[in-house]
Amino acid sequence: MSQTVDVGTPPAPARDERVARKSPLARLMTRPEIGALAGAIVIYLIFFIVAPPFRDVNSLASVLYVSSTYGIPAVAVALLMIGGEFDLSAGVAVTSSALVASMISYQFSANMFVGVLVALVVALAIGFINGYLVVKTGIPSFLVTLGTFFMLRGLNLAITKIVTGNVGTNDVSNIAGFEAAKKIFASEFSIGGVNIRITLLWWLLFVIIATWVLVRTHIGNWIFAVGGSAPSSRAVGVPVNKVKIGLFMTVGFMAWFTGMHILFAFNTVQSGLGLGNEFIYIVAAVVGGCLLTGGYGSVIGAAIGAFIFGMANQGIVYAGWNPDWFYFFLGALLLGAILLNNFIRLRAEASR
Amino acid sequence: MIQLRRHPLRVVLLALLFAAAACSSTGGKQEEAPAAGANAGKANTPEMTVQMVTHGAPGDTFWDIIRKGAEAAAAKDNVKFQYSSDPDSGKQATLIQNAIDSKVDAIAVTLPDPPAIAPTVKKAVDAGIPVVAFNAGIGNYAESGAMSYFGSDESLAGEAAGKRASEGGYKNLLCVIQFQGQVQLEARCDGVKKTFTGKWQKIYVNGADRPSEQSTIAAKLKQDPNIDFVVTLGAPDALAAMNAVKDSGSKAKVGTFDFNPQIPPKITSGELQFAIDQQPYLQGYLSVDSLWLYKNNGNILGGGQPTLTGPFIVDKSNIDVVGKFAEGGTR
Repeated sequence: MSQTVDVGTPPAPARDERVARKSPLARLMTRPEIGALAGAIVIYLIFFIVAPPFRDVNSLASVLYVSSTYGIPAVAVALLMIGGEFDLSAGVAVTSSALVASMISYQFSANMFVGVLVALVVALAIGFINGYLVVKTGIPSFLVTLGTFFMLRGLNLAITKIVTGNVGTNDVSNIAGFEAAKKIFASEFSIGGVNIRITLLWWLLFVIIATWVLVRTHIGNWIFAVGGSAPSSRAVGVPVNKVKIGLFMTVGFMAWFTGMHILFAFNTVQSGLGLGNEFIYIVAAVVGGCLLTGGYGSVIGAAIGAFIFGMANQGIVYAGWNPDWFYFFLGALLLGAILLNNFIRLRAEASR
Repeated sequence: MIQLRRHPLRVVLLALLFAAAACSSTGGKQEEAPAAGANAGKANTPEMTVQMVTHGAPGDTFWDIIRKGAEAAAAKDNVKFQYSSDPDSGKQATLIQNAIDSKVDAIAVTLPDPPAIAPTVKKAVDAGIPVVAFNAGIGNYAESGAMSYFGSDESLAGEAAGKRASEGGYKNLLCVIQFQGQVQLEARCDGVKKTFTGKWQKIYVNGADRPSEQSTIAAKLKQDPNIDFVVTLGAPDALAAMNAVKDSGSKAKVGTFDFNPQIPPKITSGELQFAIDQQPYLQGYLSVDSLWLYKNNGNILGGGQPTLTGPFIVDKSNIDVVGKFAEGGTR
């Protein structure tokens, strides 16, 4: 550092560089979801080239469908992770909701919507219990929800067996209200020969609402603050406990929604379903740029993460690769997407 | 906090009130047929304890039917029936050891992974506890010391499915495996391959996630539009495969292994070509009943030879007989 500094002509007191306006491109590059978007584009192109059936618009529609079944819970899981917590019970809570709705309506021969509403109450209660235990005991949410994960897994099986005598629920497709509920949760329609599932529209809607809440409302600020540092947010008056419990209940809501989709798409529910999906929701959020430590991330990113997972999952089949290697390829694609994501984020941060 | 805590309870009460006022005019339990299943009287032999140790995953329909068969025999034979299971063979061996330690009167086991489990079975036999094997381990039960075997041969069952598909004139078959790395599932698909005369291929799907399973099968049907027959290895998977066929616009037909209450209507309607049943109810029933016979009369069912409970093919021709029992959850 042997530069001569010209002290004679001080620079004009321009605007502080910290608040300087950046070019739109530079601002775009610092968005948390940009790395995930790049990963999604690369994986899409790979399959577009190697798998001819993947090019069909209908194939894209079915990839988007699978992505939406991961993406809907991932919306809430991403919010929760930004708020600094985990929920390992989300995957089985999906199954719990579907089981409750189906058994209530079947056993009481009640209108389908009765079961749907009771299931919503149960799902929100699961979220509330998770959140309440986390904020009241101070035990990490990873452990609390691990406990509720196993408990729900046991309840799903035990209660289903007590109520139905079997390990799956009875067919509810001829119960009054089923068709109407199916229209809401599991219908499909065709636009220009492309078969669109309604979950895709719900997914988009949930992503838009959650993004709006996150970036445009004070609740969004609270979520970021709580995830960044709970004690300091409490010190400045953020209702930390309410925010966290609310986030867990949001996960419960999305689990309920996904459970209703599964019930109305398949008419019956097996009590052992959903195991391992909690992990996929977290993967979607993390691939989409959410930090495991909380305080940073985006819902749009989580949506892209779910899309990456769905694409890798289905693309391997469309490509006709050896099925024995399926999980190897899946892992390699995810790792590739995460590496690309990291690379782009580091570049973006360096250029800031 | 109080407000938050009280709120859900109020909603529950409201929902229950609503439930009372909103009964469905169609469907549900009100239309249920009376329960099926075999019920006999009760023996006056002294009570004995039978421990069943399987590799079944909790919550699986198939294992539930085995248990129902075993419980029916136990009720009739004055047997105290206990059930434990773990899909992990090391843990299954531990469960057998637990049974030996608690000095049960007899043990019924599955042998999915004989090298891991047979040594513990031998210990039980050495401790003077009679053991029968069922469901898995047809080639190894005798050397483990088990006196009888009740079950189907997975390869034979696969061969029956492959033969059936060939006879139907199908040329390009897809075998769907719902869990990776399970010997008996691979044996089924390999059996299908052995007797199927056309092109054979397989695919792995996630059996714990219906939407993903359905879409993966649909993706495969699009990737290879020549596939004209799909074989699934479990009953719930058959329902996913039938949906996938509809989704992908494929003309493929579906056949499956195993049975559950949703299968008979699909066979009656022609959406499903056949179901290969290995009669799990019978496997559970015979395991308990044979141990009771041995204890009380020294009989060995099958005389040391394996007793086959399948493959039994259910199709349109015999669905009327079998279907009503399946709906009661005992077939």
